Order: sequence, then C-alpha cells, then structure tokens
Amino acid sequence: MNNINLEGTEDTPKIILDATNNIFEISGRSLPEDCATFYKPILEWLAAYEPTKKLNFEIKLDYFNTASSKMILDMLTRLEKIKQKGKEVIVTWYYSEDDEDMQEAGEEFSELVEVPFEVKSL
Amino acid sequence: MDQKMSYIFDLHKTLADQNIILVYEGEFTQEITKSVLSMAEKNMDTTNEDMNIKKKVFNVMVECLQNICKHSEEFGSERDDFNTAIFMIGKELNTYKITSGNVIYNNKIEGLKAKLEMINSLDKEGLKELYKNTLSNTELSDKGGAGLGFIDMARKSGQKLSFEFSKIDEHISFFALQSNISRIN
Repeated sequence: MNNINLEGTEDTPKIILDATNNIFEISGRSLPEDCATFYKPILEWLAAYEPTKKLNFEIKLDYFNTASSKMILDMLTRLEKIKQKGKEVIVTWYYSEDDEDMQEAGEEFSELVEVPFEVKSL
Repeated sequence: MDQKMSYIFDLHKTLADQNIILVYEGEFTQEITKSVLSMAEKNMDTTNEDMNIKKKVFNVMVECLQNICKHSEEFGSERDDFNTAIFMIGKELNTYKITSGNVIYNNKIEGLKAKLEMINSLDKEGLKELYKNTLSNTELSDKGGAGLGFIDMARKSGQKLSFEFSKIDEHISFFALQSNISRIN
C-alpha cells in the first residue's frame, strides 16, 4: 500500500498516512472548495488499510469548514470499521490551548463514533 | 471636485460611517474567498485582535463566502448586474459584523426563511444537537455543501442571524444576511 504524504496549503490540510512508520496525521486548515474530491483518496486509503500495529490517528487541525466536518466524520467511521475488525485504534484530537471551539468540536466527534478518543490541548 | 466622481466620496463616506473595514463586490470563487480571508486576517493581525475572536470571524467568513460560491445563481447576460454578490466586514467597538448579499429566485425565499427562523429559535444546546444530527444524517450535496453553514455561523457567532429579503421583481429578490461576533471575550 502506498503511503500518502500531502503538503498543506492555505485551504487544504497536511496529511500523512504512513503505514511504513505507523504515522497517521492530519493538520493545518481544511476548507477546500470541493471537499468530496479532496478527501476521496484519503477515505479510500483508510477503507483498504489493514493495520498490523496499534493505529493512532492524530488530528491537529487549526480550522475546518462545515463540508470538511462531514469528511472528518467519514474518516472516523472508516477507523470505527477497522476497530470492528478487531484491530487496536485510537483517535487523538489536539486543539490549541484556549481554543474552546476546537475542543468542543473534538468532543462532539468523539460522541458520534465508537472509537477510543482522546481530546488533548497542544 | 469633479461632480461626476462625487460618488466615490459618497461611497467612502458610507463605508466609514458604517465602520466597514473590508468590502468585496463581484463574482465569488474559491480564489476570491482565499484573498478576502487573507485580507481580513491581516487586518485582525495588525490590530492584535484576540485569537479566539479572530478564529470565530474567520470561521463565519468562510461559511458565508462558500455559501455564496456554492449557491450563486446565474441570471444570464441580460441581468448581468444581478450575477454578482457583495460581502463586507464591519468593525465596531464591541462587534464584528459580517454581512453578505446576493440575488436569489423568489421560490427559494420560503425555504431559506424557514431554515433561518428555525436556527434562530434554538439556544446553544439546541444548535449543538441540530449540528450533530445534520452531520450524522446527511451526505454532501451535489454542490458540496453539508447543510451546516447557517447552523455553524449561528453557533460560532453566539448570536441570532439577521436576514432580509428585498424584492427586485416577480422573479428575484436580494437576500441580505448578517452575523455579529462580540469582541468582548
């Protein structure tokens, strides 16, 4: 499986899906014009991935728009499916200190999926 | 002063009176959205605006601008003056006012009005529940929207959304929308 390594831009996040080094991370800003197209390869990758080690998915977004929130939920649903196959999965949601809106967003996502979920201040 | 150009002074005066720090009128695209966001961010950086307020303004701006990008109607070359929209930010002592205006078909008014009134009828917890339910139960539309834009604007601003429909003729109206963000933490 090919690793994904996307550099962040002013409207798309940096994304690393690296099975070789067991690093899974999304960071920066997410407000692409066409969210479905941007996230399609990421969702396909997660749907096909069968981890051999514990998978820690780290979300360190500064900002995401509402269309991206739909895609974030879709990614979390993919991770939930991996967990249902008996693999060990954890999601860590990081927010900047004092950013109550991003803290609340993390807590809301954690209530929508059945995956171990930590919400931490950076 | 050349009286043919007095409208420039009038416009300048209106913008100053309304405390408008940024206005864009024209076609709305993702590239324009990014430029407008960047200008607003620079303005807030130079004035050392509080980080949380800056993020809320940014958030409401994105939803507002992308709403216009996704839902702008094409009215053809005969009605070219209605093919553009307007976006502005006003900055008062205690409040940022984010306002947009675009032309819509009259048959859209009822649905928009019902949605905005429903959002305005909810408190913080009600908005949170509506956001979560909409997020879990809807797919992205053909236009790429999640149906969450207005709800998010209401949540982030923490205040009711103001809106107004002004009839242009029997087919179309001007839709104005405003979100206020308090500058007092």
